[in-house]
Amino acid sequence: MNAMPPRNTPGSAYNFAYLDEATKRMIRRAILKALAIPGHQIPFGAREMPLPYGWGTGGIQVTAAILGPRDVLKVIDQGADDTTNAVSIRAFFAKVAGIATTTRTAEATIIQTRHRIPERPLTEGQVMVFQVPMPEPLFRLEPRLAETRRLHALGDYSLAQVKLYEDIAKQGEAGTSYNHPVMVAGRYLMSPSPIPGFDNPKLHNSPAIMLFGAGREKKIYAVPPYTAVESLDFDDHPFRPMRAPHACSACGSTTSYLDEIVADDQGGRIYVCSDTDHCRENQTP
Amino acid sequence: MSAPLLEASGLDLRFGAVRALDGVSLDIHPGEVVAIVGESGSGKSTLLRVLAGMMAPQAGHVLYRGADGAEHQIGALSEAAKRRLMRSEWGFVHQNARDGLRMGISAGGNIGERLMAAGGRNYAAIRGAAADWMARVEMDPARIDEAPRNFSGGMQQRLQIARCLVTEPRLVFMDEPTGGLDVSVQARLLDLIRGLVAELGLAVFFVTHDIAAARLLAHRIIVMRQGRIVEEGLADRVLDDPRHAYTQLLVASVLSA
Repeated sequence: MNAMPPRNTPGSAYNFAYLDEATKRMIRRAILKALAIPGHQIPFGAREMPLPYGWGTGGIQVTAAILGPRDVLKVIDQGADDTTNAVSIRAFFAKVAGIATTTRTAEATIIQTRHRIPERPLTEGQVMVFQVPMPEPLFRLEPRLAETRRLHALGDYSLAQVKLYEDIAKQGEAGTSYNHPVMVAGRYLMSPSPIPGFDNPKLHNSPAIMLFGAGREKKIYAVPPYTAVESLDFDDHPFRPMRAPHACSACGSTTSYLDEIVADDQGGRIYVCSDTDHCRENQTP
Repeated sequence: MSAPLLEASGLDLRFGAVRALDGVSLDIHPGEVVAIVGESGSGKSTLLRVLAGMMAPQAGHVLYRGADGAEHQIGALSEAAKRRLMRSEWGFVHQNARDGLRMGISAGGNIGERLMAAGGRNYAAIRGAAADWMARVEMDPARIDEAPRNFSGGMQQRLQIARCLVTEPRLVFMDEPTGGLDVSVQARLLDLIRGLVAELGLAVFFVTHDIAAARLLAHRIIVMRQGRIVEEGLADRVLDDPRHAYTQLLVASVLSA
């Protein structure tokens, strides 16, 4: 039927940013809807992507849908720019969109991330794209998805509060050190994706746009700029962002989120910044 | 007497050819304990579910007067409003504690859930209330962090009652609250319910096929048969001087040890 020769030269093999324009429009509609209803999960027709589920298919589709030729993309995985996932996704977009990439938070217009928010405060005009494995914050508490939708509709989040109660009763403190559920604009309970609780406060009133894409679960949700985001807690057990009580052994920072690294087989360990760009900035004054 | 808390009139509901409810009308007044007795299939559980808004009748309506004096047509309430009612002014005690409890969550969490649903955000206050209510239903508050599956059937039922009453509802529906328990446990549970009902001034609407339980708890008894109310009156009157042939049969069928 199609008499055109196979277009397999690198320059024309893909539409800009891999996805076809109709798919991008569909995803953009979901994103706009998500921004209009902060914290509410919007279903979208997630496509097969050239990487497995769980590796960021949701995030990569959101990024592809919002990417423009003048954007500068940064991709981080657990805070680091140089891990396999981050390098691959950065290389993917450099190839299929021909856009500029960076490892510097300050220069990026779009930051796709897995499990961290950069230490450097985000600014207006920046967009964070989160890779989300499980968008439903009530998932572990209520197995029926139809029922969780009803609970969201009714704003009935006593289950999540009960979970918190159980944690405090059993352990004396909230048990979720990551993916701690948040209330967005006082209405919807939202999974912040598996970012550490340390990063939860960065979602609150952020000047940047926060977009969340879950590829396997086919959901997109968002936090628009300057939106109230509060971590679920009790009045007498307020939410406390946790951080290892050490200084980074590379840059000496005592305020950044740290990774614990086993240094030898004698039980020795060192702590370094999880945000590699922040650490590098601290080291070069 | 003050205006009825709950008014039902002309309730009809058919399941195919079976008339589960056939022109049922009744009132429940504040602080009143009403038992509904009848054989299996007489429509008593259906009536309970219709009054509690869990099932819609095909004809007739149910009116509830809220604590603020507002009148609510149960059939016309939104699901959100129904839930609000269900977790503030109403309570529901299921026959099987497993239906009313979260089995994987501690006793304290189970009792506290209603408080948290009502907006309670103070951990110490919620835990305090949970421990207090465990003591009130004669459970050991030291077991507050144990899951319900560690408790016996009677204990689970007590826990369900505590969970239900912690927000001090005005009207409690009970579906055979003592069903499936052995007699000594039943007796103590009935005693407990009677004490709490008197203490809190609750209105209770409960379904039972146990005439003895009805005599012990109820102020008023309604006898149902084939979807119809055949007799209604003060508990002692109905049980000691039954007028309808079916009630006479029911009372005469009670075995005495």
